[in-house]
Amino acid sequence: MFSHFRTMWLVFLHLFRKKVTIQYPEEKVQLHPRYKGRIVLTKDPDGGERCVGCYLCSAACPVDCIALQATQDENGRRYPEFFRINFSRCIFCGFCEDACPTYAIQLIPDFEMGEYKRQDLVFEKEDLLINSQGKYPGYNFYKVAGMDAGVKQKGHGANEELPVDVHSLLP
Amino acid sequence: MPKIFIDNTSYEVKAGKNVLEACLTLGFDLPYFCWHPAMGSVGACRQCAVKVYKDENDTSGKIIMSCMEGVRDGMHLSIDDKAAKAFREQVIEWLMTNHPHDCPVCDEGGSCHLQDMTVMTGHDYRRYDYKKRTYVNQYLGPFIHHEMNRCIQCYRCVRFYKDYAGGKDLNVFAAHNHVYFGREKDGTLESPFSGNLAEVCPTGVFTDKTLRQHYTRKWDLTSAPSVCQHCSVGCNTIAGERYGGLRNIVNRYNAEVNGYFLCDRGRFGYEFVNSENRITKPQVMHQAVDENALMHHLETVLTNHSLIGIGSPRASMESNFALLDLVGKENFFCGVYNEEMMLERRITDILDSGKIPVASLKQIEDADAVVILGEDIWNTAPMMALAVRQSVMKTGGREATEKTPMPEWHELAVKELQQNTKGFMVNVTVTETSLDEIASLNINAAPDDIARLGFAIANHIHPSLELKNFEEAVLAKAKTIADELLKCSNPVIITGTSCYNDPVLRAAFDIAAALKAAGKAPAIAFVVPECNSMGLAMMRGHAFDTAVRRVNREPNVTAVILEQDLYRNLPAGIVDEFLSKCRNIIVLDSLNNATTEKAHVLIPASTFAEGDGTLISYEGRAQRYYQVYVPDNKYIRESWKWLSRMKMIISGKANGHDPHHDSVISSLETALRQFAGISAAAPSSGFSIHGEQIPREPHRYSGRTAMLANRNVSEPKPVADGDSPLSFTMEGYQGTPPSSAIPFFWKPGWNSPQAVNKYQQEIGGDLIGGNPGVRLFVKSSGNMPEFFKDYPEHFRERQNKWLLLPQSHVFGSDELSVYSAGIAGRSPEPYMGLSPVDAKMLDVTEGSQVTIKSEKEEYSFPVKIVESLRNGIVLVSKGLPGTQGMSWGNWVELAK
Repeated sequence: MFSHFRTMWLVFLHLFRKKVTIQYPEEKVQLHPRYKGRIVLTKDPDGGERCVGCYLCSAACPVDCIALQATQDENGRRYPEFFRINFSRCIFCGFCEDACPTYAIQLIPDFEMGEYKRQDLVFEKEDLLINSQGKYPGYNFYKVAGMDAGVKQKGHGANEELPVDVHSLLP
Repeated sequence: MPKIFIDNTSYEVKAGKNVLEACLTLGFDLPYFCWHPAMGSVGACRQCAVKVYKDENDTSGKIIMSCMEGVRDGMHLSIDDKAAKAFREQVIEWLMTNHPHDCPVCDEGGSCHLQDMTVMTGHDYRRYDYKKRTYVNQYLGPFIHHEMNRCIQCYRCVRFYKDYAGGKDLNVFAAHNHVYFGREKDGTLESPFSGNLAEVCPTGVFTDKTLRQHYTRKWDLTSAPSVCQHCSVGCNTIAGERYGGLRNIVNRYNAEVNGYFLCDRGRFGYEFVNSENRITKPQVMHQAVDENALMHHLETVLTNHSLIGIGSPRASMESNFALLDLVGKENFFCGVYNEEMMLERRITDILDSGKIPVASLKQIEDADAVVILGEDIWNTAPMMALAVRQSVMKTGGREATEKTPMPEWHELAVKELQQNTKGFMVNVTVTETSLDEIASLNINAAPDDIARLGFAIANHIHPSLELKNFEEAVLAKAKTIADELLKCSNPVIITGTSCYNDPVLRAAFDIAAALKAAGKAPAIAFVVPECNSMGLAMMRGHAFDTAVRRVNREPNVTAVILEQDLYRNLPAGIVDEFLSKCRNIIVLDSLNNATTEKAHVLIPASTFAEGDGTLISYEGRAQRYYQVYVPDNKYIRESWKWLSRMKMIISGKANGHDPHHDSVISSLETALRQFAGISAAAPSSGFSIHGEQIPREPHRYSGRTAMLANRNVSEPKPVADGDSPLSFTMEGYQGTPPSSAIPFFWKPGWNSPQAVNKYQQEIGGDLIGGNPGVRLFVKSSGNMPEFFKDYPEHFRERQNKWLLLPQSHVFGSDELSVYSAGIAGRSPEPYMGLSPVDAKMLDVTEGSQVTIKSEKEEYSFPVKIVESLRNGIVLVSKGLPGTQGMSWGNWVELAK
C-alpha cells in the first residue's frame, strides 16, 4: 500500500523537473559532432573523391550492406565506379568509418532518413558523396601514399626521397 | 625418420628437408619470404629465424635461418624463443621502413604474403622517422603491373623468371639498399610465364593487370575449382567471379600437374567469358526466341529427321556424351578430319594398352632425360615446356652434386656447383623452338625424318629391326642419343599431333618400348590440340569425313554441332558442303563464330565459368571443373543440359527439369566403359561434411545485402547448386575440403596463395586427400610392348609442292584465349615460314606475299625465312585470323 503512495508522490515530483521530451520535428535534436548517423562519402581538400575503392568498409560491415566496384582513371587513381549502401540493412555501427584508410566514409550527425518505401533506402554514390571533407579536414591519401596517381609524382610525397637512380652504384 | 625437438616437444620429420619446410609441414606458422617450395632456399630475407641448441642441456642456443639448415636427428630448436621472435619482428620492421603507405590501392591487399607475415610477427608500429625510398615504375606489358616501391628485395621474381622459367628480360639492377627489379627498359615481359610473378611476389610489386580492369579483393570473389581450357595439359585453376563477370584466374595447386604455376595463356585467357561476342539468346533462323518457342521448334526439328551429332574437342565429357546419347553411337562424329582422328586414335590405343605409362608434368620434372619428337611444346603446351626445363635443370643439379653432397633445396649452392651442367634433353623438331637453348642436342628435320631418327634411336637401344637406307649421320646421332638414354633410369619421351605424322607417334612409342626392354622406367606424353581432344578421341566417334559422306548420301538430316567452329579446324569447302546438305543445323556454342552464323537453331551454351564439366587432359586425367557463378541470363546453360532436354523431347518425357550432373556422369560410365572411374574425379553432388556444403565464397565475403539492392531491396534466395557439393554462398564447411573441390586457398593467418602450405600433406608434396583428377589410363600391363617397327621412307621434296605444317604460338593459336585483349595484342601477325633455299627458288624475300593453294582454298601470307627449316616444308601460323581451316600435313602448291 505504501509503495503505491510513494510512486504517486514521485510522479507528482516529476511535474517540477525540466522536460526531456522535445517537440520533434518542430524542435530539432542537438546531436554531438561524432554522432553516428547517416553515412556520407567525403572529398579531399583538392576536391577529389577520397574513396579509393579498397573494399575495407564493405568487408568490415557486419550486415554486408555496402557494395562497390573500384575502377581507375587514366592516371591510375582509384575511385568507386559505383558505391551502394543499403540503409534498410545498415545498423549505423560505424565500423566502415573505422575501417576506412582514407577518411572517405564518415558517419555524420543526421538520422532523418525515414522513407515510406524500403527501396528508397538504397543509396548510390550520387546520394552519398558530399562536397566536404567532413570531420577530417586536410587529408589527401594520394599525397602520402607511395604510388603516383596523378596527385603527386613518385618521390614528391611528404615523407619520400626522390626516386632511386637505377644506374648509380654510389652508396 | 629423424626426430627433432621443437620447443621441447619431439616430432618425426622427413629426412633431407630443411628446418623451415619441416616446421611448416608440422603446421607451425613460421614467417618466410625468399624461400619458395618450388625454388628452394637462398637465405636472403632473414625472416625465418629460429633458435637451435647444441643439445638438450644448451640453454643459450644460437639464431639460424631455418631455410638454410637441414634437419638432423636429435636437433633441438625453438620457434617461440624470445630472441628468435624479436629477431623476426625486427626483420619485418626493417623491411617495412621503406614499404609505401599503399595497401588500400594495392591489388595484393587481402591476399598479401607481406601483410600476413607482418601480422604474424606482430610488428604494428613504425618507429623509423626518416624518409622512404621510392622508385619509378616500368610498363611491363598487358599482363603485369609494376609498382616497385612495394619491393622487399626477396629476389623471388628474378629467381622464378630467370632461373626457373628461363626468361631473359627481367633482372635486378643497381646495388645495396636500392636494388631494382625490372626490365632494362620499359616493355612487355616476353616470357609466357610472366603471370606467375603476381603469385610469386610476396607483395604487390607485380600484380595481375587484367584483374586491375575490374578489381576485386580475394575475399569478395565467388570462386570455384576449375580446369584450364586453353591446351591439353589441364592445369588446375581457380576462377573468381564478382557481379556476374569472371574476374581472374589463379593457380590451383596440383602436385602432379601444374604445381605452383600457370602459363600466361591459361592465366589471362579467361576474358572470352565476359566477351561482347557471347551468344545470349536462343535463335531460330537468326531470330531471337524464348525458351517455349525454342522447345516447340526443336520438337519439330528433332523428330521426323535422322540426327547426327558433331562432338567437340573443347567441350566437356558430359556435353559430348549427352550429344552421343541424343544421336546414338553410330551417328556421333568428331569435328576433326580423318588424318587427325587417326593420330588421336593411335595415341589412345598406345595409352590404353598400358604398356608404357603416360608421364604427368611432375614425372616430366623428375625425369632424368627427355626426348621431344616433333612437338613445339613451348607453344602447344607451355607448362609442359616449363616441366621439361625443370627436368633439365634438376638433373644437371643432381649430376653436379653427386661428388659434393648438397641437399636439393640449397638452391644457390647447387647452382654454384652446377654452373652450366644440364640434364640430357634432345629436342627434335621441325624448326627452332624456344626450348633449343636448354637442349643437349637440337635436330631440325621433316616429320618423316624425325620418325626415322626415332626408330633409329629405338633400334640402337634395343635392336628390333633392320634399318635400310639410313644415312650415316642419322645413325651416328641416333647412337649418341641412345647411349645417353641408356645411362638414365626414368626418361620421358614427348611427342604430339602437331607434325600430323603417324610415324612420329610410333617412333616415340618404339623409343619408350626399347627403353622398357632395356630395363628402364620410361614414360611417354602425347600432346593433343585441345583441352578435351583426348576425351573426344577416347569416345571413338567417326571422323568428320564420314559425316560429310553421310549427309551426301542421306537427305533430311538434322545435325547437332557442339561447341566448335568447324571452319577453324576443317577446310571451308568441306564444311560448306556439309552444312549445305544438312536439312537442319542446330549449333550449341558460347561465342559467335563462322559456324554459328550458319545455324538454323542457335542455342547459348555456358563457358567453363557458368557450368560444370569434366575434361580429360593429355595424360588421360579426368578433371572436374565447377560452375563458378549463376549467370543472370537464364538461357546460358551447359550444353549437356540443353542436349538432355532435347533427348527428353524426343522420348516424350520432357518435364521441364534439367538432369543432374551425377546422373549424366553415371550414364557415361555405364555407356562407355573406357570412362569407368571418371565419377571419382570429384565428389558427388550429395557430398557434404557434417551436413555442410563447401562454400564458394570466403567467410569475409562482403556486400550480400547491397550487391543486388539496386534492383530490389529484398535479397533473393541464394541459388542452390544441384550439380556439385559446392554452395553459392559463404555459409558451409570452413575446414579443408576434398582436394578436388578446393574453391580457394585460405587458412587463418594465411590470406595469400601461400596458404596452400596448409592443404598439403608435406610442403611441396601432394594435397591432403591426394591430388585431384583420376587417370583413366592406368591399366599397366607387365608384358613387354610390341614394337611398331614400320619406319617411313626418307622425306623427299616434291616438285612445286610443299608439306604444310603448323607453327603454333602461345598467344594466338588458341581459339578462346584471343578474346582477352592482352593475349590478342601479343599474338603475332600470321606468316609463312620457308627455308632459305625454297625462298630463293620461289624468288621471294622476307615479307613478300605468297599464296598457298590447297585443294579448294587459297591463302596468302607474308614470307618469313626460317633458317632451320628443311627444304620442301612450308610453316604457317596456326589458329591466327586467316589461317583457319588449313589442311595441315597435306601437300600444297605455292605461288607468288
